[in-house]
Amino acid sequence: MSERTLRGKVAIAGIGETTYYRHGQSPDAEFKLALIAILEACRDAGIDPREVDGFASYGGDRSEAVRLAAALGIHELRFSNMHWGGGGGGVAASVANAAAAVQSGMANCVIAFRSLAQGQFARYGRANQLASVGGDDAFLAPYGLMSPAQRFAMKITRFMTDHGIRHEALRAIAMASYHHAQTNPRAVMNGRPLTEEKYDASRWIIEPFHRLFDCCQENDGAGAVLVVPADRAKDLPHRPTYLLGAAQGGHHRSAAPVHNAPDYASAHFKTVARNLWDMAKLGPQDCDVVQAYENFTGGVLLSLVEHGFVDPGRANEQLVLDNLLAPTGRMPMNTSGGNLAECYMHGLEMVNEAVRQLRGTACNQVPGADVVAVLGGPMVTPVSSLVLGSEASL
Amino acid sequence: MSSTALPNALPSGLPAPAIEPLTQPFWEGTRAGRLVIQRCKACGKHQWGPEWICHRCHSFDLGWEAVAPRGRIWSWQRPHHPVYPALTGFGPYTIVLVELPEADGVRMVGNLLVPPDAPVTLGADVEAVFEPHDDATPPYTLVQWRVAG
Repeated sequence: MSERTLRGKVAIAGIGETTYYRHGQSPDAEFKLALIAILEACRDAGIDPREVDGFASYGGDRSEAVRLAAALGIHELRFSNMHWGGGGGGVAASVANAAAAVQSGMANCVIAFRSLAQGQFARYGRANQLASVGGDDAFLAPYGLMSPAQRFAMKITRFMTDHGIRHEALRAIAMASYHHAQTNPRAVMNGRPLTEEKYDASRWIIEPFHRLFDCCQENDGAGAVLVVPADRAKDLPHRPTYLLGAAQGGHHRSAAPVHNAPDYASAHFKTVARNLWDMAKLGPQDCDVVQAYENFTGGVLLSLVEHGFVDPGRANEQLVLDNLLAPTGRMPMNTSGGNLAECYMHGLEMVNEAVRQLRGTACNQVPGADVVAVLGGPMVTPVSSLVLGSEASL
Repeated sequence: MSSTALPNALPSGLPAPAIEPLTQPFWEGTRAGRLVIQRCKACGKHQWGPEWICHRCHSFDLGWEAVAPRGRIWSWQRPHHPVYPALTGFGPYTIVLVELPEADGVRMVGNLLVPPDAPVTLGADVEAVFEPHDDATPPYTLVQWRVAG
């Protein structure tokens, strides 16, 4: 039996995004933002948008595949896919699902995308006013545990306390994103640098490890990538970005109700990372750049540990700013500014940045980058991650 | 364990727990000042939160039993930023994840009844405090925690 893998079989041929806005500032409707990003990804790939035959998204995207297909007048819809789970846990999975559709022959030319105008709908950081709540929330919300930050905080408290990891390690993660955003004209936080003093003086969102700058923004915008068979990508305008590895899911009972996951102090990547590296036939030591989704900096720490980039016993030494900066750091991370400082586009902006690094066109280019890891939203479940590479990495 | 005349941990106006078929025995238990959780009649293990099936042996025959209202702090957080109207101007307040060693280590979420600047220690022993909301329709009782003394 031949090996079942996506490694080297498909490529990202085009990337697109809208202008990124602070939440509530988009002049365009959320669905229009989706259309703009998708058209941009097609233009970038040199492919007629009518040739797109599939759409994959995540996080409960409101821009439905069938409406997109009708609005864009595509010839034929062959694949539509929504990945379960909230937030950005599915960002890498949406690309992987598009890739699986292309590799299996179900479709030829699939857009993975995310469109999000929080200003036009509910905000993530503010709970809806309700008289009563059912399900899991009945055991959480009456105690004032409602927001994403609050859902994850106790994982971080436990892990960092157990391993003696200091808040300064999280500060380095936040500062790396803000540093990179200063040279990225797309970044919402361009022109708004972050210093140690500003971070340390920022208000508590949640003790003991969430200051304001440990938490992502809320934004309006859209991002999209176009996934095609590897052979086709070679004939298109840009150097192909190959998918080397992809995995999604969660470890044993990671979604157990009311915070009862047996392995609780986790980003939920333990099995996912193993499967990712197995398919990629690579490990963390082979990656030139890391894009690690920041919902909260503590989640980045957990994600980096579970993917093998950071040793929990050495996190205080490894997570220092110099190590995380392009082009000279040992582990350049979130090189466009990430969710914290480029745009909270549920991580789709990180896939675009990975492609730019591999094309050699990033604002904070790591010279000769051939392998980039994209670690999707941590601490939700299911989670997902990707390894992307240049021709040289195949 | 105690029923208490202490002030409630949080201001009024937070969402009430919906009493649903799957969870009703728990809420009936708290009204009576007892911590009643699922215990599988087939394999004898406790599980929490409530589910229709035992995740260990796949029996649907889940009973409900009172467990010792004691545990230890497994993790904690202290929210400052209000994310809900009723919490505006309140806070910070303390949320704990409590492990129940006498019930197969299941965990529960509640508020720790301490001043907002009190240190919190992982592993500290805590006991349940039943907090009635008698004016709600229907009335319900939450489970809070205080450091065992």
